[in-house]
Amino acid sequence: MRRSLVIPLAAALSLIIAACGGAPAAPTAAPEAPTTAPAPTAAPAAPAATTGRLETITARGTVICGVNNNPLPGFASVDASGVYSGFDVDFCKAVAAALFDDPSKVEYRPLSSQDRFTALQTGEIDVLIRNSTWTLGRDGDVGLDWSPTTFYDGQGMMVRKDSGITSIDDMDGATICVQTGTTTELNLADVFRAKGLTFQPVVFPDGDQTRSAYDAGQCDGFTTDKSGLVSSITLLSNPADHQILSDTMSKEPLGPSVLQGDPKWADAVNWITYATFQAEEYGITSANLAEFSASEVPEIRRFLGIEGELGKGVGLSNDFAARVIKHVGNYAEIYNRNLGPDTPFNLPRGLNALYTEGGLLYSPPFR
Amino acid sequence: MASSIPRTSRSSIPFYRDTRVIAVLVQVIFAVAVVAGCWVLYQNMIAGLTRANLLPTFSFLNVPASFPIAESVIPYDPSMTYSQAFVVGLLNTARVAIIGIVLATILGVILGIFRLSSNWLLSNVAMAYVEIVRNVPLLLQLIFWFYLTKMFPRVQESINLGDAVYLHNRGVTLAWPEPTASFSNWLWWVGGALLAAVAIYVVRQIQFRRRDRPGVAVPYAILGWIVIAGVGYVLTTAFSGMAPAVLVFPELQRFNFVGGATVTASFAALLIGLVIYTAVYIGEIVRSGILAVSKGQREAARALGLSQGQTLRLVIFPQALRIMIPPMTSQYLNLTKNSSLAVAIAYPDLFYIANTINNQTGQAVPVILMLMVSYLSASLFTSLLMNWYNRNIQLVER
Repeated sequence: MRRSLVIPLAAALSLIIAACGGAPAAPTAAPEAPTTAPAPTAAPAAPAATTGRLETITARGTVICGVNNNPLPGFASVDASGVYSGFDVDFCKAVAAALFDDPSKVEYRPLSSQDRFTALQTGEIDVLIRNSTWTLGRDGDVGLDWSPTTFYDGQGMMVRKDSGITSIDDMDGATICVQTGTTTELNLADVFRAKGLTFQPVVFPDGDQTRSAYDAGQCDGFTTDKSGLVSSITLLSNPADHQILSDTMSKEPLGPSVLQGDPKWADAVNWITYATFQAEEYGITSANLAEFSASEVPEIRRFLGIEGELGKGVGLSNDFAARVIKHVGNYAEIYNRNLGPDTPFNLPRGLNALYTEGGLLYSPPFR
Repeated sequence: MASSIPRTSRSSIPFYRDTRVIAVLVQVIFAVAVVAGCWVLYQNMIAGLTRANLLPTFSFLNVPASFPIAESVIPYDPSMTYSQAFVVGLLNTARVAIIGIVLATILGVILGIFRLSSNWLLSNVAMAYVEIVRNVPLLLQLIFWFYLTKMFPRVQESINLGDAVYLHNRGVTLAWPEPTASFSNWLWWVGGALLAAVAIYVVRQIQFRRRDRPGVAVPYAILGWIVIAGVGYVLTTAFSGMAPAVLVFPELQRFNFVGGATVTASFAALLIGLVIYTAVYIGEIVRSGILAVSKGQREAARALGLSQGQTLRLVIFPQALRIMIPPMTSQYLNLTKNSSLAVAIAYPDLFYIANTINNQTGQAVPVILMLMVSYLSASLFTSLLMNWYNRNIQLVER
């Protein structure tokens, strides 16, 4: 009896496999589609007609933003009452402000450096703003689309002052702490290989662990983006004992990214980011927005959505730039609030100034 | 069975009420539903990945990995390919699993025997150990051991034990024998000794069988191997004027020790954590195995005048072993799979390296597939080995 069942079962299975392998969708499979895969990204038959991410977000009423899971003061950190703040967090708020006229409509997803791209690939988050470096590999193979760089950074090295290290060339044979899943991990290997130096890596999956291992003396050096070092040094047990070497090991353009294949949503994030640059260029701040709203200058009226239909083209409201400025401010306000002279970091703008002031921030025209 | 049913009944019952047909039909429908469900999910995945330009491919395996790995059994540098990096991870997992299984077995057997000891202190210390370790999550224990390594001084202020062992917060550095020019000559002796050991084993087995007395041949073989290899070592030294291996003492340079061997803090913490955790379960298996041997066996052995130790070694343990092996296998598998928690304490095991590869290449589906196949084959291989051993020691009923 038992044996007699095996043959028809096998026959049925092979039939199904054969049917599915054929070009037309198997008639048995088709009616099951809506019940087994209720996710909005389903409907495999017609990939072109899927709902865009922007529509999904609008329907949901909040934007899900991937941020750093480890406190990175100045970029992303959570206070005791669960309120997020920082440079990256402000860009999450800018997206929410542009979409919903309300910067609090953000759901934050704390992500490790290893999980961040998977979260974007699987659609768990809408946008990743987690001090992530734009590289060709990530743009191509990893399947991301990058928005304009919000922070131009470079990889640095932190060492103990009493170690006598003055540059990376002194570090032959040193043990170096680095976080996995980062570009810094790769640059470290490249730079030491190019210089013909050896090093012993200690690679952690978690930024906090990397820092605390260095703090405990398990490593001679700690490498990450310079902004990250500046931020981390404040969390060490004795910040005065450490110094950041002047060597810059790489280019690290940090900015928001979205999943590849949804140009409409990518455009929206791009132009929300550009709006913060453009607002600084016009000198529009959250404080003087009302005055500018009364402006007669056509390009400012267009930028603020008082006339024209600029926002509509990228799927946003026409006054999206005004919303961003009203709730979050222009780029200079975001920068100074989190990293400027009144903060413990007091980072000079450097490359992160407008092109008019010798920096690299440049927005295409809003017209 | 089908032929026993009279022909007439088949024609009178419609097929949809025939239990034999229904039984087949229900299974076919179920199979179709499962396959169709999988097919829909697969199509959905492919559609999603295509949209994101992430179609699964294995071509990344031949691309240089370019990320550093903290420790490796085989030589590795970042210019090697992703597939080589994957193998490094595989071997790192194998290293911690094999050493871990051996140590956990030894500690577990001791623990199991202690728990049954009539000595109040021993049995209660063992019980406390079992209860504490068994009820704290393994991940927490691993992190505890790893943080404990931070309590040690920095490399520059290492604890020096006779210039041969240095304890510091990056691990333990030991004096280690390094092969010299005459090492290859000695290897011949080692190989010869191995052949001799096999010969000794076979001869002893024949002797035992001829005398019709039970006996264990392995200790003789090991002893023979050690003696011959030892004599070879002395002779090689005498003839070539150079010892095949010299002990190299570690020397502190600017940043780290040079020479000798260093066991990293991550590896040490992982090994200690896995051994201590798994030994508890092995100890309980040993205890239950010993208790399962009937009381009469013990009493009979005592009546024959065997001492406590002899009773345990010659009567109880061989019988308990038969009961212990199957559950022991699953503990070995657990240890191997639990080693993937290494990711939390910076030991570059298979899971950790696969994660990094996934992150750098974006090829989540192939990498996870490779990972699953690797762990599955490791588990199946261990099971195979243990089942073979189990079959060998089972009582042959005549």
